Amino acid sequence: MGFVWVLIFKMEKTTFNPTVIRKDFPILNREVNGKPLVYFDNAATSQTPRQVIDVIVDYYSNYNANIHRGVHTLSQEATDKYEQARIKIQKHFNAAKSHEIIFTSGTTHSINLVANGFTSILKAGDELIVSAMEHHSNIVPWQMLCERTGATLKVIPMNEEGELILEEYLELLSDKTKLVFCNHVSNALGTVNPVKTIIDAAHKVGAAVLIDGAQAAPHIKADVQELNVDFYTVSAHKMCGPTGVGMLYGKEEWLNILPPYQGGGEMIAEVTFEKTTYADLPHKFEAGTPNICGGIAFGAALDYMNAIGFDEIAAYENELLEYATERLLAIEGLRIYGTSENKTSVISFNIEGVHPYDMGSILDKLGIAVRTGHHCAQPIMDFYKIPGTVRASFSFYNTKEEIDILVEGVEKAKAMLL
Amino acid sequence: MGIKEIQEEIVDEFSMFEDWMQRYEYMIELGKSLPLIDEKYKTDDNIIKGCQSKVWVHAELDGDKLVFTADSDAIITKGIIAILIRTFSNQKPQDIIDADTDFIDEIGLKEHLSPTRANGLVSMVKQLKMYAIAYQTQLN
Repeated sequence: MGFVWVLIFKMEKTTFNPTVIRKDFPILNREVNGKPLVYFDNAATSQTPRQVIDVIVDYYSNYNANIHRGVHTLSQEATDKYEQARIKIQKHFNAAKSHEIIFTSGTTHSINLVANGFTSILKAGDELIVSAMEHHSNIVPWQMLCERTGATLKVIPMNEEGELILEEYLELLSDKTKLVFCNHVSNALGTVNPVKTIIDAAHKVGAAVLIDGAQAAPHIKADVQELNVDFYTVSAHKMCGPTGVGMLYGKEEWLNILPPYQGGGEMIAEVTFEKTTYADLPHKFEAGTPNICGGIAFGAALDYMNAIGFDEIAAYENELLEYATERLLAIEGLRIYGTSENKTSVISFNIEGVHPYDMGSILDKLGIAVRTGHHCAQPIMDFYKIPGTVRASFSFYNTKEEIDILVEGVEKAKAMLL
Repeated sequence: MGIKEIQEEIVDEFSMFEDWMQRYEYMIELGKSLPLIDEKYKTDDNIIKGCQSKVWVHAELDGDKLVFTADSDAIITKGIIAILIRTFSNQKPQDIIDADTDFIDEIGLKEHLSPTRANGLVSMVKQLKMYAIAYQTQLN
């Protein structure tokens, strides 16, 4: 059976066919408000293919057990699958060692783990650098870290196109800089940031770099060794996996320096009331029973996407982006926020005089799921002086016909609201 | 007219509409046409922050009745505010405290008053009731 799947995927690889791919996603068959669902909120969460759902069902049907501790067969089977998933993730992101992959509940957890770890490393007067286009999850944990340590936060500004101004970033770097954090791709604008340049420049002054890969991972296969990044974070649910699971990649030397984030079972070597010694990597950072099924399904999601091929996915999504950009810009009064040449399939827009909430409410009535609001990136909205945007984000299972429905819906909403 | 009667009247009006589009068009009309709040009351103190749209509420006592004015930066939200104001304004505080908003479901706009909807309206209804409780105490 597995062999047959591989064969089918191999065939699809040469002929990328969204009609065939859509059949993998049961949810795409449903209706919303009497209309076929058009799902364009992929940057918030992606949909789940049957191949991943099957893995989840199989786990709970056949080998649900707690891992790492049991000597019984089920526990051993679950442990094997979970650790196999870790290796799949390691290979996908090309980490040098599998223990550099820490399972977390997602990007937010990953960032908090690192921010917490730096509490004992930083001192007053140290500086951290953040980009102007971060998700709140890559701002607030660092602000809390600054409050704990007396370190200060500097911001890399962005231009009207929604691109970071690198000259200003280079000016901000100094021997006081201890950490730089930035997203690989902006969730609100879709901009792909020049992370390699950012990382190399930070390393020259001895600063560590965390790249939030939550929005990049569904579109770009990052190579953490090539990037030479210190920390890279990903959420499985944005790349066809389940919610509540993700990963933190950390260079071994950094993970050895950072203290554990949470105490509990699983993360210890030996416990007495006098002193506890911690387990080796990766378990030092994985206290408590993890999301075992989620971790295994995360691995299955990577298998699924790799079988289709990230180059094929990126090429097709770019086609959707170009088509949607052209069609939407033809609507009078529509402005797109985030107009970098280098962006993923995300379009943030507003119609002059229309509140994004109103637009989103009407599009929902038409069966079209988009995101509206500030996308947890209020500093970006403040930059453009708007309350929020309507964000349509496309995935490889979307089609041009769906974009036509969106364009028609936006026209209709505009006519109703203005 | 009491709150219950006004709500029945609104349900009657909405029963004429055949589909969601007509209901929304009416809401948008309401939202556009009503001068809801004096600009001087659109202060930060009176703002109710939803995740997506801003809502302002102001309350003052007129005799033994409570008068509300409110506004929002989103037009559909504003339309629902117009309906809520029509229901709750110029009523006795105790009646406002006792009233429910189930009629919103009957006129097919339930989603906007869902506690999980990030538009500030649920907090607004809560705020109207808080004002009513505060002024009721004052009247006692």
